[in-house]
Amino acid sequence: MTVLPIVSSSSLRRRPTRRVVGIALSRPAVAVSVVFLAAVVIAAVWPTLFTDVDPNGARAEDTLLAPGADHLFGTDQNGRDLFARIVHAARPSLLIGLSASALALVVGATIGVLAAAGGRRTDWTFTRLLDVLMSVPGLLFVLLVIAVRGPGTGTTIVAVALISVPGYARLVRAETLRLRGSAFVEAARALGWSHTRVVLRHVVPNALGPVLVLATIGIGSTIGVVASLSFLGLGPQPPTAEWGSMLSTSRDYFSVAWWPAVFPGLAITLTVLSVTVVGQHLQRRLEGRGPA
Amino acid sequence: MSVARAVATRVGTSLLVVWGAITATFIALHSGKGEVIDAITGSAQVSPAVRQQIIQDYRLDDPLVAQYLHYLWRLLHLDLGQSYSLRMPVARAIGQQIVPTFQLIVVASLLALVVAVVVALLTANRSRRVRGPASSVEVVLVALPSFWFGILLLTFFSFKLQWFPSVGSDGVASIVLPSIALAATPAALLSQVLRHGLERTSEEPFVLTARTRGLSSQAVLVRHVLRHAAAPTITLWGWITGALISGAVVIEQVFSREGLGRLTVTAINGKDFPLVIGIVIVAATFYTVVNTVIDAAYAWIDPRLRVDPPARRPVRTITPTSEVSA
Repeated sequence: MTVLPIVSSSSLRRRPTRRVVGIALSRPAVAVSVVFLAAVVIAAVWPTLFTDVDPNGARAEDTLLAPGADHLFGTDQNGRDLFARIVHAARPSLLIGLSASALALVVGATIGVLAAAGGRRTDWTFTRLLDVLMSVPGLLFVLLVIAVRGPGTGTTIVAVALISVPGYARLVRAETLRLRGSAFVEAARALGWSHTRVVLRHVVPNALGPVLVLATIGIGSTIGVVASLSFLGLGPQPPTAEWGSMLSTSRDYFSVAWWPAVFPGLAITLTVLSVTVVGQHLQRRLEGRGPA
Repeated sequence: MSVARAVATRVGTSLLVVWGAITATFIALHSGKGEVIDAITGSAQVSPAVRQQIIQDYRLDDPLVAQYLHYLWRLLHLDLGQSYSLRMPVARAIGQQIVPTFQLIVVASLLALVVAVVVALLTANRSRRVRGPASSVEVVLVALPSFWFGILLLTFFSFKLQWFPSVGSDGVASIVLPSIALAATPAALLSQVLRHGLERTSEEPFVLTARTRGLSSQAVLVRHVLRHAAAPTITLWGWITGALISGAVVIEQVFSREGLGRLTVTAINGKDFPLVIGIVIVAATFYTVVNTVIDAAYAWIDPRLRVDPPARRPVRTITPTSEVSA
């Protein structure tokens, strides 16, 4: 299979801004996703940029108002502005998803490197351990952890991270094994460097590319899992307002009002979708670069 | 490796996995805050006599290793213990709720497979105008949280159009929306994988051979390519069917259905540890059994896997008779 360069020579000569515009035009879905994600990140960092309405300002006379000019997304059962609540909920939703992915990445990568760089017995033990971890359907494992520790933000992060660990560990292990046989590793060994130094300085940095791509896609699914936990009432507890918990409270009203159920769900779906689209784009680019 | 040895290895691995899951529940039981006995009774009030009984049942006064061996011994005899909140054996509590969940999983799983096969067959090797929208819909469905999709279905079809009941688990009509909600993401995943497989297989020489015999491209796709490309899809299908049990937990909450989902949430909120453990073990076993069966089915679907590795690449001699009879 011939590998075509993603960036053609003519586009390399163009100025960076025009290159960005070029990519945006050729891959509109990626461009829209990047813009949406940027908006979500800005909302998480600086929510008042989007709205100065108080997300907790309950007004009894405004209960369950339909979306309109005053309230873009309508109001919830306590008369709070839904748009403001969704914007302000971006921070906890993103933070929990990111922390869980980061934790899973660090733990998974460590296990993966240890399994691949350690001896055969270490490898066997870790691989079987990962098999077991993957043998229980994800959400049930999360529920087991929650049953032990009781629901809460910290528990959610740990539990959701735990189910993503095997994926990262396996990928890192495979990458490490692949790189271990490559010429530059052999060259580094020939220089008389220690095993640990070769692994840490040469193998790990090279294995990280595909892993970071997996992590990008992983953030998306993590946000989804966290949302479903919140929906069950077993995720982050009040007062942490998070998209999933907003959906959960909307359940009691959606026979009369659709908007409190639709908009938070839309926020989750679009975020997960954008992360996936961007992640897949990165994956294609990484694969397009050919074997490292 | 002979077939018997392969099967033995597979079953051995499965047993190892179930044992690992059981061990995980044992560790979980012992890693909570406070006394183990309080974790077992949960929020239920029990008399001192019952407490004594629990200590004896779980051998809580024995060393940890003895407790663990006894724990395994009881599970080996299919004794999942007592739920002190529900005041009944865990096995019975699960038995009462497993049927609706099982129905939901089976219907959703078959629905996902059928939809995926039909969509993949209709869109494989087609122009961008056909594939583009299909794969866009798939990407969206994969990202869609199933519980939100369920809420949307409920809002539209139950409350607006009133076609389907919004709550309960009685009758055929009540399973339609939950199974659609549960099947959406798996169907999209399966159809992505199957289409990819179909398109890759279509490049193989035997497809061209079949075409030159005068079969239409659709006939080749259904009769030859599909079977060839089925194996990865079937594995994924098995994996997904096992995993649907977690999806069902959430979907049952959305549609207020009876089943393991509701039981799980009740168990966690009531800190009913024996019940949580029972559900996790039953689910892990179900998941492992499904995957083992699927792996065995592999050999049936893909004859190449039945052959011993040295003979895996037989010399393909094309005789005139095989040409005609195929």
